[in-house]
Amino acid sequence: MDLSTIASLVTQTLIYATPLILTALGGVFSERGGVVNVGLEGIMVMGAFSSIVFNLSFAEQLGIWTPWVGLLVGGLTGMVFSLIHAVATVSFRADHIISGTVVNLMAPSLAIFLVKVIYQKGQTDNIRESFGYFTFEGLSKIPVLGPIFFEGTSLPAYFAIAVAIIAWFVLSKTKFGLRLRAVGENPQAADTLGINVYAMRYAGVLISGFLGGMGGAVFAQQIAGRFAVTTISGQGFIAMAAMIFGKWNPLGAMASAIFFGFAQNISISGSNLPVISSIPAVYLQAAPYVLTILVLVIFLGKASGPKANGKNYIKSK
Amino acid sequence: MDNSTSNLKKVLVPVLSVLLGFLLGAIIMWVSGYDAIAGYKTMINTAFVNPQTGAINPKSIGEIFVTAGPLIFTGLGFAVANTAGFFNIGLSGQALCGWVASIWTVLAMQGMPKLVVVPVAVIVGALAGAVAAAIPGALRAFFGTSEVIVTIMMNYILLYMSTHIVNNVMSESMIQTKGVTKNIGLEGSLRTEWLGQISNGSRLNLGIFLAIAFLVLVWFLLKKTTLGLEIRSVGLNPFASEYAGMSSKRTIIISMVISGALAGLGGVVQGLGTFNNFFVQGSSLSIGFDGMAVSLLGSGTSVGILISALLFSVLKLGGQGMQFAGIPPELVDVVIAAIIFFIGISFVIKLFIDKVIKDKKAEEIDLKPTPSNENKEGGTI
Repeated sequence: MDLSTIASLVTQTLIYATPLILTALGGVFSERGGVVNVGLEGIMVMGAFSSIVFNLSFAEQLGIWTPWVGLLVGGLTGMVFSLIHAVATVSFRADHIISGTVVNLMAPSLAIFLVKVIYQKGQTDNIRESFGYFTFEGLSKIPVLGPIFFEGTSLPAYFAIAVAIIAWFVLSKTKFGLRLRAVGENPQAADTLGINVYAMRYAGVLISGFLGGMGGAVFAQQIAGRFAVTTISGQGFIAMAAMIFGKWNPLGAMASAIFFGFAQNISISGSNLPVISSIPAVYLQAAPYVLTILVLVIFLGKASGPKANGKNYIKSK
Repeated sequence: MDNSTSNLKKVLVPVLSVLLGFLLGAIIMWVSGYDAIAGYKTMINTAFVNPQTGAINPKSIGEIFVTAGPLIFTGLGFAVANTAGFFNIGLSGQALCGWVASIWTVLAMQGMPKLVVVPVAVIVGALAGAVAAAIPGALRAFFGTSEVIVTIMMNYILLYMSTHIVNNVMSESMIQTKGVTKNIGLEGSLRTEWLGQISNGSRLNLGIFLAIAFLVLVWFLLKKTTLGLEIRSVGLNPFASEYAGMSSKRTIIISMVISGALAGLGGVVQGLGTFNNFFVQGSSLSIGFDGMAVSLLGSGTSVGILISALLFSVLKLGGQGMQFAGIPPELVDVVIAAIIFFIGISFVIKLFIDKVIKDKKAEEIDLKPTPSNENKEGGTI
């Protein structure tokens, strides 16, 4: 394996990992605040849909900045859509799994409905302005590491890694993070201390909507290049798996997302690589899911995740 | 709370949820510039009426039952697990197992008489679904692993496995073209000539009758047998059941196995009845999540599941016709999702019903102070 093969493997891994990192971080925020979010998949769908529609409509005016603004649009759409989950679980005491499933059922149908309303066909055209590849001037001159990590690489991937570090800082070093975690562990105690449990949980779910929407937008604008009903197929659940695999920690979630991105990448492009090409694709495709089940069984058992995760908090009068 | 009010609520909550779902669908159509009334009219017409003659179409009615069969099975599957206190989100994967296993069995038993082939294939399919559900059940019972996450993950594992089996494991003689198996023919099918004839050439098959038989069986199992009592008590309070001498571990696994077998049968009916072959699936089977929706709307009861499965079948089939009115058929899936949303937030709907009833009572008996029901709604949901 020469340097250029390794470099392309790293770049492709990062590209596949980016949407997973962002969405897994979204899951972390929601679940650390005590709201289980199985609706990440649906949120990604809305993010992907809105960013592609935005990209197609504004590529002429915004040029190379289109996908980045599209990323923001995807995030905001995801956030608005996650309001369904927030209102249902936090205010209306719905079961978190039912509400998340509603989000997953609603998103693809609504998105395809709107695609047909806007374009009169079942899928969009290909976008013209995608994220493309990026070279860090200067850093790419470093021997060996430069060509692998900094030449012709994916800028959104580094953005996602930066978001992961920020998310870790916010969750473990700020007042907001402490309160969010308190609400996810023991809402009664948090309420006694004057923390607004409902507001914190809304914040957690909305942040997860924003990050999940961005995850979908990255996937659509970097990998798929258009929006169809199969554009997002399981990435939201892999991201959820990454969150669990990373034990609800932003940096852990990021690392597992990169690992799952690697598995996804080699399951698609592994046929060119020695050794890996001899493994049937099914093992690589199923690997993230099998590993998640194994890690749940072996390492986590009963004491997994935030204590009050998935439990509705009903304020006593 | 008196009994008549709570019974009233049991009916009113789903009815109101359906109405609100349709209302939301109408609003979406209206906002997107379509005529909502015409849209729903086309939907109903497509589901029931023959466009040429204007009379009720036996073929459409047949297709409604074709669609309802698998939904009843997956709905029952969800209901059994839910009664024991579990969320079986893996219905799609378990149904997929049933579908692949039953088709595979029939293709492997080519040439044998129908009376042998079909029952064997049905049982193999149910077993495949049961095995797929036993894994999350056992993990839950022995390691406390969340069955929600395990079943979600298994949906994808099984999806990739099914593709792998069709593309790489099945013998060449069973494959039509890449990713599609051969048709099982009438000899291995749940269809019969007679059912096809009376329904004007629809795909009507024995699946719906099997489904109705299981509606009764599951009702009997849950309400009239010791096992049913155990499943219900574990669902209500696993610790109390343990103290009462029931093994909650055993009950967890058994309820998941039954749930998976039912979902597997859903896949069998889809395979041996609706399609008569298997083709590689790109995403989780829709009968999985639709079955969950059917069960939630029917509040897990046999009658409720039957009615909601028929309603969803009308929606799904009628929705296909909405494109003739220029409306994308995906709208009905939005309506279904919205109905489940309203079922999910039934707490609010119940509060609303309470308020309406209370207002009426207050008018009747001139503001006699009534104790509030709100505190009773507290606790975990």
